[in-house]
Amino acid sequence: MILSQVKNPSVAVEAHGLVKKFGDNLAVNGVDLSIPRGSIYGVLGPNGAGKTTAISMLSTLLKPDAGTARIFGHEVLKEAQIVRRLIGLTGQYASVDEMLSAGENLFIFGRLLGLSRNDARAKSAELLEEFGLSQAAKRQVKKFSGGMRRRLDLAASLIARPPLIFLDEPTTGLDPRTRNQMWQTIRRLVAEGSTVLLTTQYLDEADQLADRIAVIDHGKVIAEGTPGELKASVGIASPELRLMNKNNDLEARQILKRVLNVDAHISNQGMIIAPMSDPELITDLLLALRNANIRLEEVSVKTPTLDEVFLALTGHETEPDAELEEEVGMEMKN
Amino acid sequence: MEKSIEMRLSNKTSFSQTVNNSLTMAYRGLLKVRHTPEQLLDVTAQPILFTLMFTYLFGGAIAGNVHNYLPVIIPGILAQSIITGSVAIGVQLREDMDKGVFDRFKSLPIARIAPLAGALLADTIRYAIVTILTFAMGYLMGYRPGAGIAGVMEVGVLVIAFAWCTSWIFAFAGVVGRTAASVQGISMMVVFPLTFLSNAFVSVNTLPSVLKWFATFNPVSHLITAIRELVNKDVIGQDFWLTILGAGVILSIFAPLTIRAYIRKV
Ligand SMILES: Nc1ncnc2c1ncn2[C@@H]1O[C@H](COP(=O)(O)OP(=O)(O)O)[C@@H](O)[C@H]1O
Ligand SMILES: [Mg+2]
Repeated sequence: MILSQVKNPSVAVEAHGLVKKFGDNLAVNGVDLSIPRGSIYGVLGPNGAGKTTAISMLSTLLKPDAGTARIFGHEVLKEAQIVRRLIGLTGQYASVDEMLSAGENLFIFGRLLGLSRNDARAKSAELLEEFGLSQAAKRQVKKFSGGMRRRLDLAASLIARPPLIFLDEPTTGLDPRTRNQMWQTIRRLVAEGSTVLLTTQYLDEADQLADRIAVIDHGKVIAEGTPGELKASVGIASPELRLMNKNNDLEARQILKRVLNVDAHISNQGMIIAPMSDPELITDLLLALRNANIRLEEVSVKTPTLDEVFLALTGHETEPDAELEEEVGMEMKN
Repeated sequence: MEKSIEMRLSNKTSFSQTVNNSLTMAYRGLLKVRHTPEQLLDVTAQPILFTLMFTYLFGGAIAGNVHNYLPVIIPGILAQSIITGSVAIGVQLREDMDKGVFDRFKSLPIARIAPLAGALLADTIRYAIVTILTFAMGYLMGYRPGAGIAGVMEVGVLVIAFAWCTSWIFAFAGVVGRTAASVQGISMMVVFPLTFLSNAFVSVNTLPSVLKWFATFNPVSHLITAIRELVNKDVIGQDFWLTILGAGVILSIFAPLTIRAYIRKV
């Protein structure tokens, strides 16, 4: 295995004070990361937070203006060619050749990675099979759907079975079913021993996949930890209640305060909402309401959205996301 | 299977790897041509149309009749079409470098120069098409080169070598240009004087003095004379060597400029 030759096999990514400026726009403003081998690390942030720029520096595409980054102990600037042997990059925008067929793409990348003609052909067939693209092997990539393109893109990153894989927003714009498939693939990669760094705009996705999450905003890491730690810091779930009788509102809120030990507020739609750190408490809450004879018209438990996490962490909301909507729109046209 | 991937971790790229990577990138260029043969429209249409057009347009006026004009005009059109054919590289490179796939190339442990070298290499097919079509058109119109098929082959090698050198000018435009359209514009500003202000259609002695000076100095004029001597009389004369010199000068200026600008971008 290639990892036996690296300087530091236990830490996949180690970055200190990474900075990248575009003009006077600080796209990445002092990012530190430490990612242990064999884990899934999620970088969570809204559009324009600096996720792609950070990945580009870690994958040798961009030179940092300041700071250092090491991949398995090898410096991205001084040992770029070694780092490139250790990583696979699936960019945010299809990093495959639209003009060529799926099979030709994988063949070319295989040849570039040093495979013989026969091996490159075999590897290409194997990956197409693995990613359910065998039927489309001869079709030009520009005729692919968004989901197929992403799968091919990921397949292309796995030709040399690199120990570290970067996935830049691997599921943005995918329908729920394709997203689930992508999640399964990512989990399988890690089960097979790879380390994955993925970026996402969805808290839900980071929560489902990542062992640790860094939340970034305006080029800075504003929170870091396990999904549990992060969610606990903003409340793991919020019960939303609508009462049969509005006159009970005040009493209900007092009960919430007593049971959950937080202040509830009333949403625009007239629901009573309170963040809660322990889901077990929902039983106590409902019992307390029953005992007080307060009847419920509607009850649900909501997990916090990225926007709420953001609001809690930064005090400002995520900016409107034009690009994301545009991408989803494109997906639907395909 | 896994074993065959070179597993030794080294930060250097060997010469043989550079050659292999460049050949693979050239193969990619050929695959693209296979998917979109329209890319070859310029190198097929120009030799055919120009040969027909200019021969019948100027033949009577300049050489008395079409038959006598062919040994003069065919080398002229060949040189002109070869240079026009080498322009496409710039736009191709610009478009390629703007695409997502280029990010992947940059993240692979390959020779940095391979995408550029591969694109230049793949264009050989375009130059071969130009050469074959121009002489085939000439043949159909009654041209029988004095040096025979051997002379034609030698000329083929000469013009392809020349195009490899001039294509660096356009590759440079492609690497530094901002958009494909601006690259196209700059390239055309280079191509027209180079190809038309030459001895392609008329003797330079008929030109006014400034134009005459430029046309005499223009390496394309030397290329055309060299082709004429080689293919009509089987002679390698002074112009042959001046052509090699001119091409060498272009190469030694533009190759380093292009590579420097290119490496800075990748
Ligand atoms: N090549 C570039 N030139 C200029 N500005 C850029 C470039 N790439 C990104 N930016 C800017 O840097 C910031 C971070 O962008 P990016 O890393 O793409 O964010 P994300 O991937 O999180 O959406 C944004 O303000 C973006 O406009
Ligand atoms: Mg991005």
